[in-house]
Amino acid sequence: MRVLVANRGEIAVRIIRACRDLGFESVALYTDADAGAPWVRLADAAVGLGAPKAYLDRDAVLAAAEGCDAIHPGYGFHAENAAFARACEEAGLRFIGPKPEHIELMGDKAAARAAAARAGVPVVPGSEGAVASADEAVAAAAGSYPVAIKAAAGGGGRGIRIAHDEAGLRSAFAAAAREAGGAFGDERLYVERFVERARHIEVQVFGDVALGERECSLQRRRQKVVEEAPAPTYDAAALCAAAAELARSIGYRGAGTLEFLVDDATGEFFFIEMNTRIQVEHPVTELVWGVDLVAAQLSGTLPECAPRGCALELRLTAEDPERKFMPSPGTVTDVRWPAGPWVRVDTWLEPGVEVPPFYDSLLGKLIVWGPDRATCLARARRALRELRVEGVATTAPLLARLLDEDWFVRGDFHTTTLEEWLG
Amino acid sequence: MARTEVITPVPGTFYRRPDPDSDPFVSEGDAVAAGDVIGLVEIMKNFQDVEAEASGTLVEFLVDNEDAVQAGQAVAVIETS
Repeated sequence: MRVLVANRGEIAVRIIRACRDLGFESVALYTDADAGAPWVRLADAAVGLGAPKAYLDRDAVLAAAEGCDAIHPGYGFHAENAAFARACEEAGLRFIGPKPEHIELMGDKAAARAAAARAGVPVVPGSEGAVASADEAVAAAAGSYPVAIKAAAGGGGRGIRIAHDEAGLRSAFAAAAREAGGAFGDERLYVERFVERARHIEVQVFGDVALGERECSLQRRRQKVVEEAPAPTYDAAALCAAAAELARSIGYRGAGTLEFLVDDATGEFFFIEMNTRIQVEHPVTELVWGVDLVAAQLSGTLPECAPRGCALELRLTAEDPERKFMPSPGTVTDVRWPAGPWVRVDTWLEPGVEVPPFYDSLLGKLIVWGPDRATCLARARRALRELRVEGVATTAPLLARLLDEDWFVRGDFHTTTLEEWLG
Repeated sequence: MARTEVITPVPGTFYRRPDPDSDPFVSEGDAVAAGDVIGLVEIMKNFQDVEAEASGTLVEFLVDNEDAVQAGQAVAVIETS
């Protein structure tokens, strides 16, 4: 089998390694900005696409797949594009991911919510569709406060107001309607339960098998910074069973992740969305379950596996924590990755590599395993001490500080904790 | 007439519009005031404003929409009176 790796960076390296383990050939892609990148050298062949944005050029990527049997999209770029998946199949190429109709279903927020409800999986309580008036908003809240009023066209936290009682909801509705029309050109509003202390816990599935949870609450600007498994202070058995049931109910194929919001006060969980692809943090699950998820994607079968111990992933990005996380592209003059027992590094960085300004800032991931969380954290601290990157600023100093914070060590955090801590 | 170059402090992809469906921030020949946003540079999925450094007339863009730019590169020329 010959596989086109339709991505760049650490996930391209990751997929090429899985291909090699399986005895498959791999074909890498690169742009002018990534010429000479390590994944180009690691693959059996490579195709240049030209301009920095060309990874997104569907026709160019499909043309590069000539002579290949399959395309692995990685994450980002074409990974959750149903039209791309269909185009692969029409070109006689296996798209390594779910069926196109499942990408479509889960990519549509309302349809995904309806699918979850049909499978008996809880969703965040709130209005079914948009509310047209303050009265409808109050009816949707059904006396259970606080609620969030969200603009249909918002997202990323914009256009959200919180109301703590009916009077607050009525005035917030009027203000939100004015703002939504002005800022987004779309006045539709939704009402939803507002969870004040929420955890983001997600479940890795393969087909309809749930491979446990990952706790991903530590985020900055909605980007995960640290992920771990199992969730340190929450028994996720029911949540994992619900995820498996939703995947089963739609006949899901291959690797996917179901994201849930957990109310820290009540322990209730609510399905938010499904990512129909391999995720950045998949190695956390791989280390706990002793399984190669990318190889499972490529071969189409998941081996027997069972969980053991704890794993933690630290994302290293080219951002300067001392300068408001200013992106820091440039030439990497030196890099020393940690090694030793139970430390895994997934990266594309090596000395002399150019980090272009055109792409995601992810440089690599340190993933560590331990029989228990305390051992896991000790190994993570050891690994970070060995890490050295020169030439570009990185988030390594921030990660080191985080690992020593009491609240982190106790597992006492939720989705806004990291940003509050950063100030 | 003095000519001032507008410099991008960061490398990345230069855009002349706030989003693909909108009009450009400014067109060649438009009057601009110091601090006006004349473009964006996308750097690692972040967008940084490029602001006019002086008041006057923006007479020329030195790069096209979606061109790759280097840190410190001049992207436009403003004529001040």
